[in-house]
Amino acid sequence: MSIELTDITKTFGSFVALRNVSLTVPDGELVALLGPSGSGKTTLLRIIAGLEQPDPGSGSIRFHDEDVAGHRVGHRRVGFVFQHYALFRHMSVFENVAFGLRVRPRAARPSEHEIRTKVGSLLRLVQLDGLSDRQPHHLSGGQRQRVALARALAIEPRVLLLDEPFGALDAKVRQELRRWLRRLHDELNVSSVFVTHDQDEALEVADRVVVMNQGGVEQVGCPDEVFHRPRTEFVMSFLGNVNRFRGRAEVGRVSFANVAVEHDSALAGDASVFVRPQDVEIETTPNGAPGFKATVLRVHSAGPSVQVELLAESGETLLAELSHERCGALDLRRGGSVVVVPRRVKVFVDRREA
Amino acid sequence: MAAPTGPTPAATRSAVTEPAWIKWLLIAVSIGFLGAFLFVPLVSVFTEALRKGFGAYLDGVRDPSALAAITLTLVTAAIAVPLNLVFGVAAAWAIAKFRFPGRSVLVSLIDLPFAVSPVISGLVFVLLFGLQGWLGPWLSRHDISVVFAVPGIVLATLFVTFPFVARELIPLMQEQGTEEEQAALVLGAGGWQTFWRVTLPNVKWALLYGVILCNARAMGEFGAVSVVSGHIRGQTNTMPLHVEILYNEYNFVAAFAVASLLTLLALVTLGLKSLIEARSL
Repeated sequence: MSIELTDITKTFGSFVALRNVSLTVPDGELVALLGPSGSGKTTLLRIIAGLEQPDPGSGSIRFHDEDVAGHRVGHRRVGFVFQHYALFRHMSVFENVAFGLRVRPRAARPSEHEIRTKVGSLLRLVQLDGLSDRQPHHLSGGQRQRVALARALAIEPRVLLLDEPFGALDAKVRQELRRWLRRLHDELNVSSVFVTHDQDEALEVADRVVVMNQGGVEQVGCPDEVFHRPRTEFVMSFLGNVNRFRGRAEVGRVSFANVAVEHDSALAGDASVFVRPQDVEIETTPNGAPGFKATVLRVHSAGPSVQVELLAESGETLLAELSHERCGALDLRRGGSVVVVPRRVKVFVDRREA
Repeated sequence: MAAPTGPTPAATRSAVTEPAWIKWLLIAVSIGFLGAFLFVPLVSVFTEALRKGFGAYLDGVRDPSALAAITLTLVTAAIAVPLNLVFGVAAAWAIAKFRFPGRSVLVSLIDLPFAVSPVISGLVFVLLFGLQGWLGPWLSRHDISVVFAVPGIVLATLFVTFPFVARELIPLMQEQGTEEEQAALVLGAGGWQTFWRVTLPNVKWALLYGVILCNARAMGEFGAVSVVSGHIRGQTNTMPLHVEILYNEYNFVAAFAVASLLTLLALVTLGLKSLIEARSL
């Protein structure tokens, strides 16, 4: 079931949480709403669910061509997984999952036998079949998360919405659970939207990433697209680490930090120049490629790679990320002089000049 | 590799552990105080009641005016407690789950019956419904008596016992938030289903606790009821008022016999209270 939002605005008092947001989630896709806190991503998710209403007079919400804006939250048939799970604390795991079936109007309510079968198969799906009699407070965070998911799936939702689904879990469980969620999504094939502020999570799990900032959508695209072809400075700096320089773009080239590199810029003017730490190459002697001189401030081994803090000749500090092997070969010392070669740059020209 | 040096046995005693004699002294003082000021009076109620034998005790309880007082107390509690259960849940729900103008005023108002002297609470009703009161002339024209009659006693009891249920529920409901209710709504539950299946079960122990305290106070209230009652023997005397009258008449056995029933109520209340506390943990 596709989701289509058109021109949604939401204000809380004088605070504008969402400003004319339009968004389409194609049928069966897993979409991430990614942004810093206060960017409006959770509000957008709650509006899709019907837990919040958009401002009167603002746009429409459609599930597969059906306008659901007037539908009350319970009639939209959405599965919603809350950030802190919101399991019913006085009910067993079984009763939590069965809740959505038991509250149906008498005519539509399945028999006790059907409920047992259905809940049993859902608990097997989320790998919790031995725990149906447990109380929620006896479960680990990851298990609670999966109960919340099974409970949301019990009503056979037309869309599945997850608010920071892995936010409250520790790093290891988080990684396992997000891979598992991806596999589960491929199995169920229900259109899903999840909110996250973690770019790794969004890039790893989602088919499509919606980057949000200050109540607006900055860019929508597949993970590769938003990471490698960011359309705005915000997207560039929000997804991963970046080094930012001020420079000047000419047609075909850009100069910053005492270096000029080739660039396919068609525009000229003052510009922000971004280089990702992975795209910073360090040489001990000039090798002909365009580079600038820098001093090593600090070298620290950050798990799988080495991070090097550098002070450019022009005064900016920057971060480089290289492999342990490469770092060993260069024999970097604090205070040593090196040549920095930016391998790939991303340029955003401030204003257009002909 | 050197093993980490553990604390020596002498250092394992916690820094906050006092010497044994201080511990025993504190325990002895507490028990002595409780014995002198709580246990001895408790026992004296029953010994006074039974001083002239079990027959005299039963006579005191079976006296028609005593029976009338017991009935009136039970009727008052049977009206006041359910009403305050409903009002208390409604007020706690409104305060804990919604934001609205005047919310903090409502919170303070709930505490009002605790803040004013029960005698003042009683006087308020006399001023409102008494013959010289605001509504007095209208009431007497329609031949409705509130003050010095059963309705006044019920009203005063309602007023005095209002905070118990709400005060128990508000902090718990605030702590629990509204996420579970939201989850229920998304899953298709209606407002009533959400209330009965999610909100109420989550607070059931606190609710029961509040009801028990409310009931204990409703049966034991003296001050406010004394002002509005008029002390008509066999008609507008509740158990506490009846005890006072008997005592003033030097009818000690009968006074303590009725008092012992109220004391038993207190003991049952305490027992239920600790049972609920154990269950809800």
